Parts: sequence; C-alpha cells; structure tokens
Amino acid sequence: MKKHNLVSRLELVNLTKQYPGCLANDNISITLMPGEIHALLGENGAGKSTLVKTIYGVVAPDKGDIIWDGKEVDIKSPSIARDLGIGMVFQHFSLFETLTVSQNIELCLSKTQLNKIGDLAKKITQLSEEYGLNVNPSRYVHSLSIGERQRVEIMRCLVQSVKLLILDEPTSVLTPQEVAGLFGVLRTLSKEGCSILFISHKLHEVTEICHKATILRGGKVVDTCVPNEETPASIAKMMVGDLAEQDAGYAKREGNERVFHVENLSLPAKQPFGTSLKNINFELKSGEILGIAGVAGNGQDELMAIISGEDERNVKHSLSLDNLDIGHLHAGERRKLGMAYVPEERLGRGAVPDMSLTENTLLTHSDGFLKNGLVEWQNVKEYTSALIAKYKVKCHGEFSEAKSLSGGNLQKFIMGREIGQNPKVLICAHPTWGVDVGAALAIHQALLELRDQGAAILLVSEDIDELFLLADRMAAVCDGYLSPVVRTEATNIDQIGQWMAGTFINNTSNRTQEAKA
Amino acid sequence: MDSDLIVQILFAAVKTGTPLLFIALGEVICEKSGVLNLGQEGMMLMGAVVGFLAAYGTGSAGLGVLAAMLMGCVMSLIFAVLVLHLGANQVATGLALTIFGTGLSAFIGSGVVGQTIQGFQPIAVPLLSDIPFIGKILFSHDILVYSSFVMTFVLMFVVNKTRIGLTLKAVGENPHAANAIGIKVLRVRYLAVMFGGVMAGISGAYMSLVYTPMWVENMTAGRGWIALALVVFASWRVGRIMLGAYLFGLASIMHLVLQGLGWSISPNLLAMLPYVATVVVMVIISADKFKEKLLAPRALGKPFDPRQMA
Repeated sequence: MKKHNLVSRLELVNLTKQYPGCLANDNISITLMPGEIHALLGENGAGKSTLVKTIYGVVAPDKGDIIWDGKEVDIKSPSIARDLGIGMVFQHFSLFETLTVSQNIELCLSKTQLNKIGDLAKKITQLSEEYGLNVNPSRYVHSLSIGERQRVEIMRCLVQSVKLLILDEPTSVLTPQEVAGLFGVLRTLSKEGCSILFISHKLHEVTEICHKATILRGGKVVDTCVPNEETPASIAKMMVGDLAEQDAGYAKREGNERVFHVENLSLPAKQPFGTSLKNINFELKSGEILGIAGVAGNGQDELMAIISGEDERNVKHSLSLDNLDIGHLHAGERRKLGMAYVPEERLGRGAVPDMSLTENTLLTHSDGFLKNGLVEWQNVKEYTSALIAKYKVKCHGEFSEAKSLSGGNLQKFIMGREIGQNPKVLICAHPTWGVDVGAALAIHQALLELRDQGAAILLVSEDIDELFLLADRMAAVCDGYLSPVVRTEATNIDQIGQWMAGTFINNTSNRTQEAKA
Repeated sequence: MDSDLIVQILFAAVKTGTPLLFIALGEVICEKSGVLNLGQEGMMLMGAVVGFLAAYGTGSAGLGVLAAMLMGCVMSLIFAVLVLHLGANQVATGLALTIFGTGLSAFIGSGVVGQTIQGFQPIAVPLLSDIPFIGKILFSHDILVYSSFVMTFVLMFVVNKTRIGLTLKAVGENPHAANAIGIKVLRVRYLAVMFGGVMAGISGAYMSLVYTPMWVENMTAGRGWIALALVVFASWRVGRIMLGAYLFGLASIMHLVLQGLGWSISPNLLAMLPYVATVVVMVIISADKFKEKLLAPRALGKPFDPRQMA
C-alpha cells in the first residue's frame, strides 16, 4: 500500500449513536486511506455492527460527521452509500433465494447504473473471471453454497465499482480453502485502491491480511494497532481489556464407557436442498468431546435434527443411549433420559424470541420446577438469575426477552441452561459462532468442565481451530457422509480439511467427490 | 350435448370466474409482498354495496365501479395501517376486516335491497367475436371482463419482467435483506395491499353491477375465501390464476348445467361444488410440501418492523 495519496477515502469524526439503554457508539473517529485493509475488532456488543451500519446508511448517527474523499457527506440511506461507492457484505447474507444471481444483483443497482453496465449477465461473467470469483449469473441463489453466496455478495459490490467494501465477519462460514480464495480477492481489490473495512473475530486472519486495526470496547475506540506487528494474543488482550487465556491447549481425555451411539443411520433429505444422511456410524463415550467438522450444509443440520429428536422420523434402532434404542422417542422423552441440545440457531430454536429468559429456562427444565403439576415460578426465577450471574450473561435481568440479548450473550445463556441439567449427553452445534473472545472462553471452559464431570459431548462446528482446541476425537462430514473418527492428537488440520472436502468418500463408498469440488 | 350448449357453459364459466379473477389478482400481488390479507370477503362486499349505491344514485355504472374501487382501497388502508404500521397480527386483522365489511355492507345497503339497476351491457368485440367458439366464449362480454383480461396480462408482464416485480418478490421473500439494500419495504407493502383493495372493490362491483345487477346482503357468497384458495392453487403465478378462476367459475355453474341436463341430484349438493373443489385443491397442493415451500413467498404473514433490525 502506498501512502502518497493524501486524501483519505473515509474519515469518521466523533460518531455517536445512542440506543435506549445503551451507548452503541461513543465519539468514534477512524480514518481509512485508499487501498487500506482496516480491521474493526471488538467483542460482541462493542459497537462494530452499529458503526458499519452507520457508514452504510442503515443507521442514522446522533452526532458526528462522515467525510468521504475529503468532502462531508450525509449518508441517509443505503442507496446513497452505494452511489458514493460503498459496498457491504452482511454477516447474514442479504440475498433473495428464489431469485437468480443476476436478479439479486440487479435489485441493488439504480437505473443509471444499469444503463451504464448494459448487459448485466455479461458484466458479471467478466468480473467473475477477472477476480476469480466463479459466479454464474443465471443460477438461483437457493442452489448455491454459503461460500458461493458470499461471492455473489462481493460481486454485487464489484459491479457497482466499489471504493470501500465493508465485510462483516466474512470468514465465519468458509472452509480454509475458501478463506484463502477470499483473501486473494481482497488483496487484489486493495491493490486497485479499494479500501476494505473488515470485521472479524478470528485474530490470526486479522494479523494475516489487515494493514491497520481499530479496537472497540463498550462503544469507544480503545486502541489502534498495525496487526502484523502484533500477535493474536496481544490483540485479544486489547479487545478484552484484561489478559484472556488464548489457545491454552486444554488437556485431552480418553473417554470411558460408551453412552451413546449412532448405527447405520441413513435418511433422505426432508427439506428441498437438504442433505441426505448416508450410513452414519459413530459412538460417544462418557467423559469425552467428539468434534465433527464440516462446511455448512453437508448434513450437520440433518444429523443434529435427527439426534435431538427434532426430526420426528422413526429411526428406532439407529440411535441408542445406554444401549437402549431411542430413535423412536420424541425430543422431550430424549431429554428426560439425559440428553441436552444446543442448536445452531439461537433465536427461534435455542430460545423463543418473545419469551423471557425465565420462561426460556422453564422450556427445557420443566420437570424440575413442577409441584403438583403447577410451575414454581419463584424457583425458576432464582435459578435463572443464578444462571445469568454464573455465565455473565449481559442483560437487564431474568425478565428480559430472549430477543433483546446479543447473539453471544444469548448463547452463553443457552449453554448454561443446557449444562445446568447435568446431561449424560450434550449435543452442541456451533457453540461460539459470532461470540466474542471472552464469552467463547467461558463457553469452552463450561464444556470442558462438563466433560470432566463425565458427560459425553458431541460438538459440531465449522471453526476448525475450536474443534482442535476442545475435541478429544474428531471426524468430518461431507455430503451426508461421516469420515472415520480419529483421536485429535493423531490428526492435523490438513487431513481434516481434506475430509471436509470429501476425500474419504471414495474409500467408504463408490461415490465420486466431484459434486463437492 | 350440442356445441351451442358447450359454448353457453363456457361463456358462463368466464362470466362467473371474472369476479374471482379480479380479487385473486389483487390478493396474489398482496401476498407476493409478504402480506396475507384475509379481509378479501369484507372488502369485496363493501365494494359491491358502495358500487351499487353509487350506480343507483347517479345512474352511471362507470361511477359505480369507481366508487367501489375507492371503497376497496379505503378498506385495505384500514388493514394496512393496522398490520404494517402498528404491527398487528395479519390473520386476526384480516378476519376482523371481513366481519366488519360483512356487517357494515348489510347495514348501509339495507335501503336498496331488491332494487335493480341498469348494469354494464355486453359489447361484442368487432372481428374477434366472429371467431367460431372462442369469439362467443371470450369476446361477447362486458367491459369489465375485457379489463380483467388486460389486467391479467399487464400483471404477468409487470411481475415477471420488470424491476417492480423483482422488488415485490424481494420484499415478500426477505424483507430484512430488502431493507438492507435500500428498498422501502413498508411502502412496497402498502402499495401492494392497496392494490389488493382496489381489485377487491372492482370484484365486488362486478357482482352487484354485472353478475346480478342488484344488492343482496352477503351476495359475494364466500368468493373472497375462494380467491384465497385460488392464489394457492395457482402457486402464486399470475397466469395460472386466470386458468384457476375459470375452472372455479365452471364448478360454480355446474349445478345449473346438470339440472338442465335433467340429472336428479339435489341442487344444494351441487351448489357446494366450488367449495368442495377449493378444499380438494388445498389438500392436493399442501400434500406436496417440497413444492409449496419453494413457491410461497417466504415472508408471507410475517410482520416487518424496520426499527427492529438485528
């Protein structure tokens, strides 16, 4: 990056945004030069999302100025932001599944932009080749993988000749190979003078690709740094404020006796574009964590749904707990036998958005709080406040609605609630997705503690680092097949990465892996 | 059965299907934007009674239709404010609108029950009406039937080929994403709901000015509900709605036809045909969950509050 261009691309001066009960942004000032890749770091609730939404015109600031290419601007709406040359890739993709790639992109363009481009499909194909994005304009979005969807989002920005690209946790859903591809695209863009604002929780990525970093805490800028002069641990320290234990390398355990196993589980997909499960076998021992890696959409959701009992199809002999067939029992009966479940989707499945934390606690704990068939509300309330205190869930109190909590805090609550039942078997999907460093650490420790007490834990995650950190044994899923299960010490990131791409399938069946390549 | 009779039956099927076509076209646009308006029957009845009163008062059927359109629009605005602005439950509000419309229309129409007026006269389209079969069936109707043809094709074009259609689909599919890329979700939904109201008004006017040029309490006889089924039957596709409307129209007149042929089935049983057909169609459609999921607007019935962006 050359610095002789003196006019900054974007300058934020004392931006302030007050929400009821929370100062989301407090006098934030940041400067971005053309071609700079700038990381925005901070724990959940630090104000990163509010800040980028302000830049993109989704949120109006209460105070402060935005200076774009040396001129003060008032970004009232996303379309004004786009006209200036600001593009944003959202954390939860803002694509329309029943429309084609090209229609999705068209929706974001103004009439004049469209006229200038002419043949949109041709332009997409051309840009796709130029940046190696591999996006086919005529495909329907619902048929695309997560990585492909993200590339469509990036394409959407490129088509508008973007000068500032905002990425909100872009890598949380990608395979290591896809991340490398994304970084390639970002570096090319940066060389061409496009500035990039990059939000991430993965610090080693920040040190790898970003030129500068701004660290937010409690809505304020607390520090700035040049990431490649820092280590992930030193950046984490700035984020959390006090020294968080990073990559402590927890002790691995050998499991004891088998408590749960899955045998010859094959199941056709229930949803359109779902994945069929193909002859899955594994066992779970007490006192161990079994980690299952895989790129989203390769059968994890289906596997979780059938194990938890959410998918009500009868697979009586395929699932057993303590050598008892449980595949025909419904979710509640399985819970009574000592299974607990933390689903991937926090709001809507892990917790009911419109219900208070107390009520949400009761949902999976009903047996313990009943007296003569009546709910003992006082006890539930006390239990919930204890839970909130123990897991440091940031909220107004046990009466807060689940939807009012930030993702990370709600996750801590759900984990605490499930662990609090002292389950024999805990099934847990993406426990720390989108959770900040401090909360992730708390969740990890809670999981390890539960394991050491003798529970069997099945951990499904897309975060390979996390799996290596926590799991005692590991496997990967691809296209509904489960790879062999190995001890974590006996494998490495390359092998698991290859399994995620399906290289094991040829050995276990006659299917080719071409479909997933 | 001679060919004349068949022509007559099909002619009547088109005529009977037209009010269904109007109201279902309005509802499909409304649903494509993600709003489920169960108040169709109420809006239609209000359109019918106000249209009739206006035509009765002024002597002009054209003014009657205009008044009905306005009334439908006002009714839908009540719904829109409650549902879109205040975030009320769409199903409950829609049902309330139907009950409200049924009662109010009976009340304001009580003075003119049984009166008749001069409705629209059939106009044979030159040349086209001379085509054997087709000409008689399709091109010797009144002006409203022809406008329903035009409306269907205009909507097919708008929904499938234009930016407006794309925006509409986007809002019904994922309002949060639409908002994020700068589409004014609530404005699109307001317009879609109001369009539905106007169409329901025309549909009601067709009943009271053309189909049976008079006002009788509850004269729409559940057509607003059949239209809702029709939208599902057509899997939210405009072209299929036209086909479906005429099929339902045919089912509604079958009891007259069969009686004419001398079948000795209770006319009451036969009059049930369109409603039975509705139930059967709903069952068949919802049996195929795979397809239903892909076709229905994903955010149908879900409120959207721009202030609550996660």
